[in-house]
Amino acid sequence: MAFSLKEWIFTTDHKRIGVLYLVGSLAAFAAAGLMSLLMRYELHAPGPDLTANPNDYNVWLYFHGAAMILGFQIPALTGFLANYCVPLMIGARDVAFPRLNALSVWLFYAGIVLALATFVVPDPPDIMWTGYPPYSTRTAGNTAFYTFTVLLIGFSSILGGINFLTTVVYMRAPGMGWNQLNMFVWSVCAAFVIQLVFVPVLGVAVTMLAFDKYLGTHFFNPANGGDVLIYQNLFWFYSHPAVYVILLPFLGITFDILATFARNRVFNYKAAVYGGIGGVVLLSGEVWVHHLYTAGVPDWLRLGQMVSTLLISVPVGLLMISMLGTLYRGSISFRTPMLYALAVNFTFLIGGLTGIPLAMATLDLHLSDTYFVPGHFHYVMAVSGTFAIFGAIYYLYPKMTGRMYSETLGWAGFIFTFAGINLVFLPMMIAGLYGMPRRYFDFEQFPEVAGLQAFMSAGTVVILIGMLITLWSWIHGLVWGEKAPMNPWGSRSLEWTVPSPPPPGNFAAIPTLTADWHPYAYGRPGGT
Amino acid sequence: MKGYAKGILFAWAVPLAAAEPPDPARAWDALWRVYLVDAGVIFVVFAALGAWFMLRYRRRAPDEQGSAPELSRLAAVGWALVPAFAFMADDFYLAAKTWQAWNVYREVPVERLEVKLEAALWRWEFTYPNGVKSTNELRVPAGKPVLLRMTSLDVVHSYFLPDFRVKEDSMPGRVTYLWFYPRQPGEHLAVCAEFCGMMHSKMMGKVIVLPPEEFAAWYEGEARRLAAAPPKPEA
Repeated sequence: MAFSLKEWIFTTDHKRIGVLYLVGSLAAFAAAGLMSLLMRYELHAPGPDLTANPNDYNVWLYFHGAAMILGFQIPALTGFLANYCVPLMIGARDVAFPRLNALSVWLFYAGIVLALATFVVPDPPDIMWTGYPPYSTRTAGNTAFYTFTVLLIGFSSILGGINFLTTVVYMRAPGMGWNQLNMFVWSVCAAFVIQLVFVPVLGVAVTMLAFDKYLGTHFFNPANGGDVLIYQNLFWFYSHPAVYVILLPFLGITFDILATFARNRVFNYKAAVYGGIGGVVLLSGEVWVHHLYTAGVPDWLRLGQMVSTLLISVPVGLLMISMLGTLYRGSISFRTPMLYALAVNFTFLIGGLTGIPLAMATLDLHLSDTYFVPGHFHYVMAVSGTFAIFGAIYYLYPKMTGRMYSETLGWAGFIFTFAGINLVFLPMMIAGLYGMPRRYFDFEQFPEVAGLQAFMSAGTVVILIGMLITLWSWIHGLVWGEKAPMNPWGSRSLEWTVPSPPPPGNFAAIPTLTADWHPYAYGRPGGT
Repeated sequence: MKGYAKGILFAWAVPLAAAEPPDPARAWDALWRVYLVDAGVIFVVFAALGAWFMLRYRRRAPDEQGSAPELSRLAAVGWALVPAFAFMADDFYLAAKTWQAWNVYREVPVERLEVKLEAALWRWEFTYPNGVKSTNELRVPAGKPVLLRMTSLDVVHSYFLPDFRVKEDSMPGRVTYLWFYPRQPGEHLAVCAEFCGMMHSKMMGKVIVLPPEEFAAWYEGEARRLAAAPPKPEA
């Protein structure tokens, strides 16, 4: 089959659209990762190192945050993985609206191009991924790029939400009940419910921002009756739930990998789905004020949302117990996808536990906006999410490419990456306890964190080595990998009952499922 | 380190609000120890279980399958409700401890020095009750609580005193407050903790805690100077 660019651009096949999302989001990941190298070089010693202009640093940091979240994690999870896996997992030939699907990937690419324009326009945005006014409405930086990147990717996400919810509701294979869905399918549904409810709020917030800056409105200008906190409330009303848009699918795919490589049922499936995933969805909209603990909002609001924020530990705790319980009496094979999935358990545990002091309003009064915060959210979201995505890429690699990757290269890449992230993000939290504020171009007033800063910069090099090996393992597999069988892992899930790679239309005949079929029916007679 | 370890072990026994007189920094440190114990226990339980499962249940034959039985209905409900209530209990315990410390942070002692703080790109402007002004450097007497009423002249900033464990944003169009308790003479760093543009990382100042009599001499001297040469009203 000859490669045709036109066929890829105008494709409506969910698997190809998934791969397009993967390529785009990995490009965003690489560019944003490069920014972190620049930042870590700048911060390896006090004083100006790579640049003497703090604005350069601010632009790197803006791009790193905005591209990692909007360009990499959300599209990789709800674009690539959802597209590739959901129709296969539910036994469908494609999504409900294939052309809408194509439109959403085009919008995503437009958003990526706009984000990358940061590096060529003369006045790049320097407003961090949060874009707080009045700074964002006063800066000489180009806030419009931020607004339109968010709007394009948000619109793409809304289209995806409608598409996938319709697909899962109406296009499951005959006989597939709601309690027979893969954890990943459930988590994608939950993530898209959150997106559909909350994305419009972010759209409103960034649109008002652009109106204030370019059209002279006064939504956030106190001198003319506006209020700066309106933006912060609107922004976090979306952007905290957005954390769960990332969290739920990455835990969902982690569940699938854990069950496959432990050849075991998901422990307490219904508690994990209805209590865990459902609980997170229910609580997601009632916790945003924990981002505003130091913003002078009323005490009752801060303490009230402290309680709701702490209560997130209940559904998340159920999910953790379910993940661990999936290992109990399993048959664990330590292939590369499983290494990443197990590492998610570890990094997510640390990330979750270091979230507690940030939820405790009083402790947050010291920790807020220090290095403790990026340390925490890199563990809980950035690293855990990225590990789950990498694990999923290895997991689906035989299915997507029809070839096996090299296990040695996979292991080597994992070991360096895993060591590296701990070398960077544990010291980051310690620096935060010393009071080192985040988003600092320089730290000469904090001589006590100089050692930690140098240490973190060295750790970044270890991550870089891991990333290069990982990238090489993917290329290596494409060129030299052995041909992959239909089901190399011995999984019970439907996506492994089709050839690798699956043909257009996926299934020769749509499977009909019995009541005792289950994607995780390992070790018992009923499973097929 | 030894005292620290002891602090962790016995943190549960130390009542938070017992620090007399109330001091946000001390309340913070005590609450942090409560958190460390709590999170430490959870971490050890989960990490140990995970490590044990990985070791105990590794695959021994290529075609081996997992052998965990399906949970009975009762076991499934129990495994949902018991952990849920355990986590909830822990949440409410931490929330209650946090609320105690929160009251220390938000209830300002009546006997205090009150200073107005206006944040601006990229400096801190202080105005004392008698009209004395200073930029970036805040001189205060030892042994007296200090209340800052804060606002901003331009963008959002955040006045952060790491040594006193306090920070609160200063915003245009809003007034916020924080208080801290300087006990001993000395110098403390003040930094901006909310991103405010190019010189954000250089927006810093000092809190200079002086012995009370030294502070009084400075304070009255500045007031006399102000009276001798009052600032010209702006045209």
